[in-house]
Amino acid sequence: MSLEIFVPRDAAARAVGADRVANALVAEAHRLGLVLELVRTGSRGLFWLEPMVELETGGSRLAFGPMTPADVPGLLALGPDAAKAHPLCLGRPDDISFLKRQTRITFGRCGVIDPLSLDDYRAHGGYRGLARALSLGPAATIAEVSRSGLRGLGGAGFPTGTKWRTAAETDADRRYIVCNADEGDSGTYADRMLMEGDPFSVIEGMTIAGIAVGASSGFVYIRSEYPDAIRSMREAVDIARASGCLGPDAAGSGSAFDIEIRVGAGAYVCGEETSLLESLEGKRGQVRAKPPLPAHKGLFGRPTVINNLLTLACVPAILAEGADRYAALGTGRSRGTMAVQLAGNVRHGGLFETPFGLALGEIVDEIGGGTASGRPVRAVQVGGPLGAYFPRALFDTRFDYESLAARDGILGHGGVVVFDDRVDMARQARFALDFCAHESCGKCTPCRIGSVRGTETMDRILRGEQVGANLALIEDLCQTLKFGSLCALGGFTPYPVMSALRHFPEDFDRRRLAAAAD
Amino acid sequence: MPVAWNEPQALQIIRRHAGREGALLPILHDLQAAFRCIPPPAVPFVAHALNLTRAEVHGVVSFYRDFREAPPGRHVLKLCRAEACQAMDGDRIARRILDRFGLDWGGTTPDGRLTVEAAYCLGLCACAPSGLLDEVPIGRLNEASPDELASEVGA
Repeated sequence: MSLEIFVPRDAAARAVGADRVANALVAEAHRLGLVLELVRTGSRGLFWLEPMVELETGGSRLAFGPMTPADVPGLLALGPDAAKAHPLCLGRPDDISFLKRQTRITFGRCGVIDPLSLDDYRAHGGYRGLARALSLGPAATIAEVSRSGLRGLGGAGFPTGTKWRTAAETDADRRYIVCNADEGDSGTYADRMLMEGDPFSVIEGMTIAGIAVGASSGFVYIRSEYPDAIRSMREAVDIARASGCLGPDAAGSGSAFDIEIRVGAGAYVCGEETSLLESLEGKRGQVRAKPPLPAHKGLFGRPTVINNLLTLACVPAILAEGADRYAALGTGRSRGTMAVQLAGNVRHGGLFETPFGLALGEIVDEIGGGTASGRPVRAVQVGGPLGAYFPRALFDTRFDYESLAARDGILGHGGVVVFDDRVDMARQARFALDFCAHESCGKCTPCRIGSVRGTETMDRILRGEQVGANLALIEDLCQTLKFGSLCALGGFTPYPVMSALRHFPEDFDRRRLAAAAD
Repeated sequence: MPVAWNEPQALQIIRRHAGREGALLPILHDLQAAFRCIPPPAVPFVAHALNLTRAEVHGVVSFYRDFREAPPGRHVLKLCRAEACQAMDGDRIARRILDRFGLDWGGTTPDGRLTVEAAYCLGLCACAPSGLLDEVPIGRLNEASPDELASEVGA
């Protein structure tokens, strides 16, 4: 008898034991004399259920999780026909409510296919987007991307079609496509999941971009903290090149396009587009003043499309299904879907792709299921380390660019980090300033010096020294950071600091807190 | 486990990237993979090959946290200190792990067995607190982790 079993090779699934479960499956199948076809997929993104194993049962899959090696003999003893009776059976994966409620456009294949099988990729809709782009031609491809309403999903939210058109219309001897996979925001892992679970979607998206703007060379800049993602992207690029999907006649397009994987070296600021370009050029990752925009003068001084990985990976689906279908989703000027990433102290941590516009409370309480610790949710940081902290009172805020901005927050890269009632918001505010000091590239004064002075001032507040006067100093400093910094690192550090101050002022009254503790 | 300086090997690594656009970071990564750090004697060769000054190369080496000027312990443990891990009591568990080995952040055990470093997000934020031991991901670190890590590195 032959068994087809799917076990994630996603780093987060491995982090909770997926390799041990896979090894146990192989050993037990060998012991029983079963022929096992083990496919290592990406993760579906339901991390509280990882390692989540899926078993092929005559045309549909059954999911089991969280699995341990000890659960393996019981599962294989039941076999595909009786596996439903296993205590860890979750039913068909698509019926699990966390997945069922999603609209998966970018993540449709993630966790389903063998990430390094081009056949599997094609069988699940891969390269249909490029085929349509080729039939449309470059100008109409860019128009289609514009019409979809797609905006940069890395955090800045700039209209993607406009960026592409600008690079295409700028005269140059060569142009570049750069994929920003320097996903440094705490609480975000969507880029990582896609690189490990569906790397060809990134390659196809970059190829479409390259042909549309007239670039024959692309770079993926991946942070060094993602060793698994680096490995899978490198392998995928090699496979794509060997099969002709990349190279002098990329995927039969008649145009040359190739991709090189580059690895960062532990600098958060290199997620900022101009410092990423400096880093790719082999320099210190220091921010450039804008203008000139990268679309005019980017990598090696040439017009460059630099997009976040999710933005590029979403393009094949937009082309394949048509811009209208994408634009029909979402709200206001935030069209399409966002990969919400639930993290931190949350019961159901995972990736939830959904049209823009869900209420924050719905995301945290209904989808996330509240805290993992079972204690009340006190604060939620949205949009990474430069994002604002939201109290429960603001849980009616909609998850889209404009609604979050209207509440003095940012969408960032879609991370939602949940904290329970034990969080000390004054310490979180201090961390934000200290992180800025730690990661500042040093180019502009407000960020380089302001972050250090801010941390020192916050230390005085934490010691209860002249709290009122020091808080006034912090507010003043945040104004300087916000309006005087060259990039979002210094410019957005005030979001976590000021939101902590505004929404949780009681945590900054250290004398009262100390008295209450006594 | 320092790796002895080997000039021909370093030159071979540098030559492998000749003519590549923006070759400095790839060269430094490969040098570090071979020597476990950026050996100071390599800097002039890198500078010469890329038509840079030694100061420029040093400026890049010192800018990026990953590049080391001396080799680390035989095992390297990176522990995440960012917000998602903080929300899951990561600070306290990290302190337990450091105490188990008698280390502070960035330190190496006297027997050269282990270096523990801070990282700011490993993308394992739904399985916090998390770490990477010699590039192998570890999630949901807990009270048992200090001893488990100790047996893992043979301490």
